[in-house]
Amino acid sequence: MDLLQILTVSIETAIGPIAAIYVLAAIGLNIHFGYTGLLNFGQVGFMLVGAYGVAVSVTTFDLPLWLGLLASIVCAAILALLLGIPTLRLRADYLAIATIAVAEVLRLLYRAQFARPITGGVYGRNSFADGFYGINPIPPGSYGIGDVDFSADELWLMVVVWGLVAAALGITAALMHSPWGRVIKGIREDEDAVRSLGKDAFVYKMQSLVLGGVFGGLAGAMIALNQQNITPDQFMPQVTFYLWAMLLLGGAARTWGPVLGPVVMWFLLTAFDELLRSLASMDIVPFLETSQIGALRHAFVGLALILLIVYRPQGLIGDRKEMLVNVK
Amino acid sequence: MSSDSKDIVPGAAETGAAADRMAGVDPRPGVPKPDPILRASGIRRSFGGLTAVNVEHLEVQRGTITALIGPNGAGKSTLFNLLTGFDRVDAGEWAFENRQLNGLSGHKVARQGMVRTFQLTKALTRMTVLDNMLLAAPRQKGEGFFGAFARPVWRAQEAANRKRAMELLERFKLDAKKDDMAGSLSGGQRKLLEMARSLMVDPSMVMLDEPMAGVNPALVQSLLEHITALRDEGTTVLFVEHDMDVIMGISDWIVVLAQGEVIAEGRPDDIRSNDEVIDAYLGKQHDEPNGGTAAEAEGTT
Amino acid sequence: MRTRLVTVLLSVIAAIMVIPGIAAADAAGGESLKGQIRAPGSSDEGVEGIDIAVSQDGDEIGTATTDTDGEWEVEVPEAGDYHVVLDQESIPDEYELLEKPAGAERDVTVQEGRPFFVVYRLVPQGEAQAEASPSESESADDEEDAAGGAEPAAEEEGVVEAPGVSEGASFGEKFIGLAVAGIIFGLIIAISSVGLSLIFGTTKMINFAHGDMVTFGAMMAMMFSSMTLFSTVHEALAGIPVLGFIANPLVLGLILAVVCGGVLGVVLERFLWRPLRGRNVALIQMFIVTIGVSLVLRHLMLAVFGERRNKYAQFRIQEMLHFGPVSITPRDLVILLVSIGVLILVASMLQFTRIGKAMRAVADNRDLAESSGIDVNRVTLYVWGLGGSLSALGGVFLGLNQTVYWQMGFHLLLLMFAGVILGGLGTAYGAMVGGLAIGLIAQLSTLWFSPQLMNAWALAIMIIVLLVRPQGILGRRERVG
Repeated sequence: MDLLQILTVSIETAIGPIAAIYVLAAIGLNIHFGYTGLLNFGQVGFMLVGAYGVAVSVTTFDLPLWLGLLASIVCAAILALLLGIPTLRLRADYLAIATIAVAEVLRLLYRAQFARPITGGVYGRNSFADGFYGINPIPPGSYGIGDVDFSADELWLMVVVWGLVAAALGITAALMHSPWGRVIKGIREDEDAVRSLGKDAFVYKMQSLVLGGVFGGLAGAMIALNQQNITPDQFMPQVTFYLWAMLLLGGAARTWGPVLGPVVMWFLLTAFDELLRSLASMDIVPFLETSQIGALRHAFVGLALILLIVYRPQGLIGDRKEMLVNVK
Repeated sequence: MSSDSKDIVPGAAETGAAADRMAGVDPRPGVPKPDPILRASGIRRSFGGLTAVNVEHLEVQRGTITALIGPNGAGKSTLFNLLTGFDRVDAGEWAFENRQLNGLSGHKVARQGMVRTFQLTKALTRMTVLDNMLLAAPRQKGEGFFGAFARPVWRAQEAANRKRAMELLERFKLDAKKDDMAGSLSGGQRKLLEMARSLMVDPSMVMLDEPMAGVNPALVQSLLEHITALRDEGTTVLFVEHDMDVIMGISDWIVVLAQGEVIAEGRPDDIRSNDEVIDAYLGKQHDEPNGGTAAEAEGTT
Repeated sequence: MRTRLVTVLLSVIAAIMVIPGIAAADAAGGESLKGQIRAPGSSDEGVEGIDIAVSQDGDEIGTATTDTDGEWEVEVPEAGDYHVVLDQESIPDEYELLEKPAGAERDVTVQEGRPFFVVYRLVPQGEAQAEASPSESESADDEEDAAGGAEPAAEEEGVVEAPGVSEGASFGEKFIGLAVAGIIFGLIIAISSVGLSLIFGTTKMINFAHGDMVTFGAMMAMMFSSMTLFSTVHEALAGIPVLGFIANPLVLGLILAVVCGGVLGVVLERFLWRPLRGRNVALIQMFIVTIGVSLVLRHLMLAVFGERRNKYAQFRIQEMLHFGPVSITPRDLVILLVSIGVLILVASMLQFTRIGKAMRAVADNRDLAESSGIDVNRVTLYVWGLGGSLSALGGVFLGLNQTVYWQMGFHLLLLMFAGVILGGLGTAYGAMVGGLAIGLIAQLSTLWFSPQLMNAWALAIMIIVLLVRPQGILGRRERVG
């Protein structure tokens, strides 16, 4: 068993493009849940429309990539409006079910036979990211420190995604330290109180839904660029659950919570995965087959989620006192 | 509350002075007032066939403390919710400062200057006391989504709001707690915070839904002083309360609601001697101050 | 109000039961053409959606489309020579038909009283086409479940076979066939979601692990029914009429699965939810914990039982029974009758027994129930036990009606939510009515729309209900103020 190898792979995943993409989506979720208190269980729906926004624009309509990215943002914003106008007046737990259902209906629609001319149906879309890697300013080669290294294309994507993360964090921090953010947090605590003080809670919730949804949509667009190949079935409800687990792991309503959560989670997941894999290949654990590793990893996420809520509900960098205040 | 509490009610002399505010007004249901700040007519609301509120006509005199009383289930809170846009009327219209409020949602009603509090206090628990106050300030430049990014634009206004918030917190003796989470305050302190917060909005009328409920007796007096002080500064106060001694002590005018209808109106002395009120409510309530069961049974049928 | 609803519900159920009784049985015949089209390199993974047409002397006899298991069947009126054509256009893009031993068109001779098996074999398309399926790259693997979407066309989630419905049937026949399938599917949803609704009512918690409790039941039955011990017992008792049926491995497996499901529910409540409630964990946090439990349960089952779709060995292939216009397999008929019986039992239990009344009281208003002397914790424990057993039973039925696989319950979960919300969160009768409605909506939508979208329709209906009447059909509007 090569522990160094496991560590290297885990670090690569933890700072790599996928973790960064999850960070971006989790920042959106943090705006929804952490600050505004909206139970959005359909974040994957925003990622879906974001990913298809860029993929469909480029492949089906032959638009340039930058227009595709714009389309991703617009699609996510439209989805937020369509979702928000009717559902933001509902009770919080109904919103949770409505959002998860909408995300699932979207997936089913995108994979349906009749949508095939546009979305490619179950086969999805591919080869739309050439324009993105074509403008890669980083010369080909391998970059890294020690054994942790990335290809030029990976590095290019990492620069872009982490750049987006930085921008999203900046926007979030600026907003949350403004009077706007104060109203948003007030809505999380008690919507009626905020309304009784003359603030239109609905408008604020809608703005929050759109902003977080756009971050989710951008994360989806980045998934598309990363894989250069997307299918609707990648956007199962599980993705949203993972985002929730990561956000809670990091600590909701904290600027750095949605950054720390996905990074730590991906590190642990990959380490767990690699460890099991090497154990399996060494025949130390007799019952373990390679095909079971993926399953056990997901079970591990579930267990982590349970233990987290039971023993550290505020997450890694949350405020325990604040959590206790919350208990009514 | 025991009958001693009468002693802690601010002086009887004030009660006498207060009575003058309503001089010449006939103590009967739906009577017009000389200078009404709020006028409501034909307000009706029913829940699944059960009529909760059916108010023919009601006016609230500017610059007075008006109490809304009635047995449990009389529709006091529902009427509050209707007037402040937190529930929809089945029928009826009402005007505040001569502006129609029909169909306006809660936040718009508040912006007109009619601000309410809630029976179960709604302190924003995971925010600091100061943030609770600042949130309420009206017409903030940094409140809009795009305005929020322009810190230089709203910085001066924010500082001014902070100064005003601190003044109000001092007045309500909460200034030492300004950086504490609102959720860590005691029940009485939350009531005080909610009242202070509603004043941040610059209201011309405050509607307090049971401001004394669950407040420890030591704080009741201070709450009452705040309420009378508000009136003396020119703010109109409409409040729902159960404690008869409190109501009789500070109110200029009392409106009695039973089964959704206004059955009596008048000065405290008029209400004390009103047979209908005594029959419907006070008689039983007065004999056994905490034995709400009889009144409750009556109210729910 | 409540009593009237129960009466209506019971009479509807009774009416449904009467219909098959009126229709005359005619279970003769048995000549048919059938087969199973499998994915290349797989021993049991079927390919769905391939169209097959059967004709005789130029007249079309019937058509069929392969179901989720790749199985198809066309009934023919009598023994004789038939012409079978496979529509090559309908083969998923990643496969093509192997031209050996014969092409897409075959001439076959059907003998009296026996089905004729027509063998079609598929091979993967050329390399260029194979890339169309999702890559196995690390990133794709990270995005989705270990087993997710490797063969997207083959995996159609939660689609129920509509027995006796073929492409050539008239609208009326299709309607009846789909309605029957919808009722069965709806009853399965109803049984599974009674617990979901009662759990919400008693603890205000949305149990995300409920779908996996359904899978758990199906898996337990699968495990027990394939144990050699039980088949030995069955062989020993096979001759004896009643005992022989009860000793059927699947019947025994079902009973044990229901017990296991109940135990699972009780264990979860006693050792997880009750302590969490004791620590005043907020509802949203509890909700997240149910997601955690769901992930653990589902993936442990995946690790233990694998990702293959299975059918219960005992009831794999069955002849259709015909009751007038209604065609149904004995397997589905049993599911139908037992489901109705169980729902009546549960309804009577809730209506007339002490514990049932207590359950409804706690679900209606926990605080009020507590203050009127009901031991709320004990009632909640019973609710979890009942909910666990019922979801396990629903799982076995779903497995019988469709296939058993690790995500079956999870795919059912959203439909259960839809049913529960449609009927009214927190009420057991609402779950029954709503579940039945969702099953029917899902199936009947395929009359006009693609079967791929049947779940989308069910969810869309739920969203509309949420917007128009959030309290559901049977729910009460909460009083404000």
